[in-house]
Amino acid sequence: MGPNVIKLALVAGLTAGFASAATADGDWGSYQVGDLRSGYTYAATETRAIQDEDIENPAFLWVDYGGELWEDVDGDAGKACASCHADADDSMKGVGARYPVYSQELGKPINLEQRINKCRVDNMQAKALKWESRELLALTTYVKNQSRGMPIEVDVSGPMQSFWEKGKAFYNQRRGQLDMACASCHEDNAGNMIRANLLTQGHSNGFPTYRLKWQKVGSLHRRFRGCNKQVRAAPYGYGSDEYVNLEVYLSTRGSGLPVETPAVRN
Amino acid sequence: MAKSKPRIKVPKTATKGEIIEIKTLISHKMETGLRKDKKTGDKIPRRIINKFSCKLNGKEVFSADWHPAVSANPYMSFHMLANESGTLEFSWVDDDGSLYTKKTKLQVS
Repeated sequence: MGPNVIKLALVAGLTAGFASAATADGDWGSYQVGDLRSGYTYAATETRAIQDEDIENPAFLWVDYGGELWEDVDGDAGKACASCHADADDSMKGVGARYPVYSQELGKPINLEQRINKCRVDNMQAKALKWESRELLALTTYVKNQSRGMPIEVDVSGPMQSFWEKGKAFYNQRRGQLDMACASCHEDNAGNMIRANLLTQGHSNGFPTYRLKWQKVGSLHRRFRGCNKQVRAAPYGYGSDEYVNLEVYLSTRGSGLPVETPAVRN
Repeated sequence: MAKSKPRIKVPKTATKGEIIEIKTLISHKMETGLRKDKKTGDKIPRRIINKFSCKLNGKEVFSADWHPAVSANPYMSFHMLANESGTLEFSWVDDDGSLYTKKTKLQVS
């Protein structure tokens, strides 16, 4: 860390007046678990400052909206999320940290977005929300936010094993015209630059994330699609089995890292 | 566009003469007017919040004119001298004429 960077960090710290949990190089507090480093630790000082304080974090607009939707009655059954799950502060605590889970009924893993929509269709008899819609992002962010700070721990034993294997295979499979796998960047080159961007270890603990580039909150699957397009590969669909399996694998890759939802990234 | 909702953070109490920091955030697309619709090629009309202001008991303490370079979901923070108790009223004026407001109480002792 050069003197300029230190000065910058000091200035940022003073003007924003935040108490950052981790600023010094090499000591990332809870953002680092063993060799695992959250994307937070690769983010610029200014970006971290936005995440450090909830009022500055624009993703909380989605959390607030999710909280409203939680109470909203929708569908033919005349129910809201709150009708069954009551107070999300209690009922949804820890949920975001253990998803995706195996669904006996479907015989495959489902992630948080799919679980919310399944609940809407089966129990509320409402329409499924569209992927990447403001509503689904808000609810997902709201639910996962209830687990903030809790370590990610996804159960991949039993029937989940084979899907985890598929996710792992996907992760290491080279694809696209650039012939790159997820691992080419996020395992082999984490911490190195790819053109103007710093590559992270690619953990999923901060999603749904507010990306400054997107100027809004986006899902993990949107990020997957973006990565796939960047290596000139045809992206899979939102909520596709391939991406859910990948999500399962990623959760174990970053197992133990705290849920940061909603994180802020560049 | 979804309805714009503000978030604000103001200290509940302050001592007279204290300088307090006020933080605000509002959801808004802040469409610059420079982008084109990818399918039709038509310009997407500008729609931004062009004015932000904060009043204490009806008297303006801070205001700002915003321009198209301001990001989506704009965050604004400023400092003010706490001299009297009262109601702080924040307002954001949209290009289309909509007004988004939020009020909060400030107790100065």
